Amino acid sequence: MSDPAVRPALVVAVASGKGGTGKTTVAVNLAVVAAARGLRVQLADCDVEEPNAQIFVKARIEETTPVALARPKLDAALCTGCGKCAAVCEFNAIACINGRVVIFDELCHGCGACWLICPENALTDEPRNVGVIESGSANGFRFIQGRVEIGEAAASPPIVRAVRASLGKSDLAIIDAPPGTTCPMVAAVNETGFVCLVTEPTPFGLHDLTIAVETVRELDVPMGVVINRADIGDDRVQRYCADERIPILGEIPHNLRIAQAYSRGDLIVEALPEFAPLFKGILARIERAAVR
Amino acid sequence: MKELIVISGKGGTGKTSLVASFAALAGRAVLADCDVDAADLHLILDPKTWHRESFSGGKEARILVEECIACARCQAVCRFGAIRYDGPPSRTIAKTYRVEPIACEGCGVCVRFCPTDAIVFQPVVTGEWFVSETRHGAMVHARLRPGGENSGKLVTVVRTQARELAERDQCDLILVDGAPGIGCPVVASITGADMVLIVTEPTLSGLHDFERVHALVRHFGIPALLCVNKHDINPAISERIAATAERLGVRVVGTIPYDTAFTRAQLDGVSIVEYAGSSTADHVRRLWAAVARELGNGTAPEENV
Ligand code: SF4
Ligand code: SF4
Repeated sequence: MSDPAVRPALVVAVASGKGGTGKTTVAVNLAVVAAARGLRVQLADCDVEEPNAQIFVKARIEETTPVALARPKLDAALCTGCGKCAAVCEFNAIACINGRVVIFDELCHGCGACWLICPENALTDEPRNVGVIESGSANGFRFIQGRVEIGEAAASPPIVRAVRASLGKSDLAIIDAPPGTTCPMVAAVNETGFVCLVTEPTPFGLHDLTIAVETVRELDVPMGVVINRADIGDDRVQRYCADERIPILGEIPHNLRIAQAYSRGDLIVEALPEFAPLFKGILARIERAAVR
Repeated sequence: MKELIVISGKGGTGKTSLVASFAALAGRAVLADCDVDAADLHLILDPKTWHRESFSGGKEARILVEECIACARCQAVCRFGAIRYDGPPSRTIAKTYRVEPIACEGCGVCVRFCPTDAIVFQPVVTGEWFVSETRHGAMVHARLRPGGENSGKLVTVVRTQARELAERDQCDLILVDGAPGIGCPVVASITGADMVLIVTEPTLSGLHDFERVHALVRHFGIPALLCVNKHDINPAISERIAATAERLGVRVVGTIPYDTAFTRAQLDGVSIVEYAGSSTADHVRRLWAAVARELGNGTAPEENV
């Protein structure tokens, strides 16, 4: 990790092979118990396609920063329709049809190949807003979220990276990672001190967990598992974790009151304080196993 | 031929369980699992695979140590910070440049600007796709390598294969388990589809996600239907979702109560309509009947309801 004077001392990513397993629930409640213990905490919602943590933490957003990515801009007067830009684009984001250049922003990764290659300088690099970063404070901690603009499919990883780059100095930063195991999730989990994987004890849960575990292994970050709705299924997840030597950090029971609190946007540790020790325990186990 | 895509603003809303049920109810359909990031439909439909093919989602750059003269051109043009000056020594220089695979987006800019042609740019296998037989018809599904890039392209492959299969077998319905979210895989899941069924839950985030995913669907101009799963967990928010749907002009075609039978059916490897002793299955049957009616504009495709 970079300079500890301006970076969080410990970055923990909360991730899951797929959505709907309770990742956000774990992330927000961990942030609240950590702040209650007196730690300086930052919570970063990096689920930039569907940021939901704000519903629970109800942060006062104090600052909004647009995130711009370089996009090609065509000066049709200079374009001779040679098609070199279309030929060089690996993402099919630019086409040259009958000598006319068409740019598909949604597919563009902003790599610059087209404007660097254009012999007529008809293409230039123009920053365009593809999302925002919002930050503020809530429940005694700093809250940051990223949000990608609808239809800007390729922009998620850069926005995740921008959110992470905006993390300042603190004792602990908790990242609510995007679901899945592809580019945006990797951008959120890579180079963190610990990954907390949230899963359910069902065949879907186990299957998605195994894929997430493979991904985290490739990134070489220590990890542990939280089992949500722990009593709805069977013990295949526990057996898998034992076989793979992955610690189970805690088990959240299946409980209608938890589901209802979630549906209302309430924090579990506040609405149902009897569960606070569970989250404190998970946090303590993460702190012991993490690399700083 | 009609193609229905089931999507949700976020994962875990019961999308896959519904698609498996629709497959059982539709009688004759080609199935496609486009949730390539967390493909789960096969866990219920127990496919027998008869064709598999590897998938390359893009290319990756690699610098040849002996060719690199450390001129730093590649680092200057790379916008993803993927070129690092910590490569191994060559015979002539102490340190060379190196591509960090995790950061590399496969754009090839470095390749084009390297004066000594030191960068190789080759396709990388990032996944696999399969054609299988299930008890409810043929299915196309895929698996993306962990951390794999370009799930959107893989989704397109799966949909194209499903379409070809449907044409070959003269099957007039394609049922697609779409990707969750609003990113590249879901865009690839829905473009050009005949209809989208959005599945949501009565939570504040479910409401929020529905609005976002609907904005995306509208962006692509595809007719959308809505189903609220676990609607009794929070009836007040279910009402708000219904009101939002009305305002947006989206028809609510069904509501399904919260029922642990979905999990029990999953543990048994069946869809809920095949699972004995669940009254919730009737809700799913009614939902399918309504969806099939909308799809066929009055002339529903085979409807074994
Ligand atoms: S910037 Fe890169 S991705 Fe975008 S259109 Fe140009 S070549 Fe394609
Ligand atoms: S441009 Fe080519 S020669 Fe120059 S540093 Fe990069 S790889 Fe080496």
